[in-house]
Amino acid sequence: MKATGTVFKYGDNVDTDVIIPARYLNTTDHAELASHCMEDIDKNFSKSVKPGDIIVGGRNFGCGSSREHAPIAIKASGISCVIAKSFARIFYRNAINTGLAIVECESAAEAIQNGDLVSVDFDTGKIENLTRGQTYDASPFPPFIQNIINSGGLFNYIKSRQE
Amino acid sequence: MPMTMTQKILAAHAGLESVAAGQLIEVPVDMVLANDVTAPVSIVEFEKAGMKSVFDKDKISLVMDHFTPNKDIKAAEQCKKVREFACSMCISNYYDVGEMGVEHALLPEKGLVAPGELVIGADSHTCTYGALGAFSTGMGSTDIAAAMATGRTWLKVPSALKFVLKGKPQGWVSGKDIILHIIGMIGVDGALYKSMEFFGDGIAHLSIDDRFTIANMAIEAGAKNGIFPVDDVTLSYVEGRANRPFTSYEADDDAVYDEVYEINLSALKPTVAFPHLPSNTREVEGAGHVEIDQVVIGSCTNGRLSDLRIAAEIMKGRRVKKGVRVLIIPATQQIYLDAMREGLLDIFINAGAAVSTPTCGPCLGGHMGILARGERAVATTNRNFVGRMGHPESEVYLASPAVAAASAIKGYIAAPDTL
Repeated sequence: MKATGTVFKYGDNVDTDVIIPARYLNTTDHAELASHCMEDIDKNFSKSVKPGDIIVGGRNFGCGSSREHAPIAIKASGISCVIAKSFARIFYRNAINTGLAIVECESAAEAIQNGDLVSVDFDTGKIENLTRGQTYDASPFPPFIQNIINSGGLFNYIKSRQE
Repeated sequence: MPMTMTQKILAAHAGLESVAAGQLIEVPVDMVLANDVTAPVSIVEFEKAGMKSVFDKDKISLVMDHFTPNKDIKAAEQCKKVREFACSMCISNYYDVGEMGVEHALLPEKGLVAPGELVIGADSHTCTYGALGAFSTGMGSTDIAAAMATGRTWLKVPSALKFVLKGKPQGWVSGKDIILHIIGMIGVDGALYKSMEFFGDGIAHLSIDDRFTIANMAIEAGAKNGIFPVDDVTLSYVEGRANRPFTSYEADDDAVYDEVYEINLSALKPTVAFPHLPSNTREVEGAGHVEIDQVVIGSCTNGRLSDLRIAAEIMKGRRVKKGVRVLIIPATQQIYLDAMREGLLDIFINAGAAVSTPTCGPCLGGHMGILARGERAVATTNRNFVGRMGHPESEVYLASPAVAAASAIKGYIAAPDTL
């Protein structure tokens, strides 16, 4: 599995309150959550994001609340993958459980710039920066985690295994 | 193999003689929690998977505290969904308006958490119960849905940081100042994936409410959990609440910690976290002149009876500064009642503060005290991220009830002893 897209780059400690502000947590509708994704730090995100695009963050991406609405909003925005130096632990679990691909890679998160075209190979962990002609190596997820993500989340994965 | 306090609880639940940091384990849970924001997502997953029943109707708590009393039609629909689910599954610990309180104040008060137990909740501040010597941590709605169905979850055993608290806090210094000081020292990811374990003679000087405040904000340092040893203060709190056998665990003397920090509590000063990170701390004395528009005293961090007593002591016979809106939110109905009987509510209302029914409301910018563009609040809550309490260009300053109350009187961020 590969993902290729244009990068939206943010800094350290992108918290769940800016990923999806609590004032919009009165719904579980994915499209509605996506329409407010990142709006408190990037008003243009929901208007300019295209299917397949990639978010790059710094340290401690997804810190703060346990709201699963955060990875849901990112995924429903069309984002194919989040690359960061590190992830907050609840967000890390929630991303896998909701089927949002995430990759921890310090060198990629450092070098990649806003607007770069980037490709991620989930099987090998190789990240290619097509704009700058650079590659970075991350550790790929083991197959069962990849399968959870590919199935669209934990419950879809469990269901698909039962069928 | 020597183990930390957290590791001992995890090993006992996993049915293993010992566990080591990094090990993946499957454990039964003693309590599973969700609220009106996170439970609806869990219920969607639960039903999508075709689950027909919960693992134990007495070991699930559903608390309608975030957007309640319902702030709008959508919030009302979400609560209705949870209410119907709770009813159909005969959930015994379902708390709605009139009985509910802020979940992390309510569960310990109702005796739903005891030392040595393992609790997971779809709310990041579930780590609060470490104050009672329990292992508790926040997870997302999907993990919680799976635990509601199976009564089990998987965990990666954390390594730990050791905090040795020494001496006695002086003056108005409280649990909030201690945890803000620690987060300022190690940063918002200083304890990422780890346990924060508290030790030392200083703990004896901390009330159970101070300990709840400290454990509550472990997540603001990225921690998986924060945990206190069980002592007489813990046992006297738990007595008469959790009427079932429980086990008090202790860390092994030779347990291994990633880092050891010694903190002299007697040297700490009232502390405030400036926008927009809980780690952005300064002593109130050196905070400069920061004028404010609102004060919030409440939340799962600081909405307990001793917090209200401190605020009342400072506000008694004084008036809130003209132009400042002060919201006081007792965290549970019992706290509300106790505060009323003690005459604290008279003091607040006579000072010009508004007293509200329990709700998480303003802490997360949900309702009941939203900030406009450019407005500033001093809050006893736990997060001061961009847009946390309202407009993205508003600001939240985190502080103790004493500093919040003093600031309410002065109209700017103020130390209580300057009144």
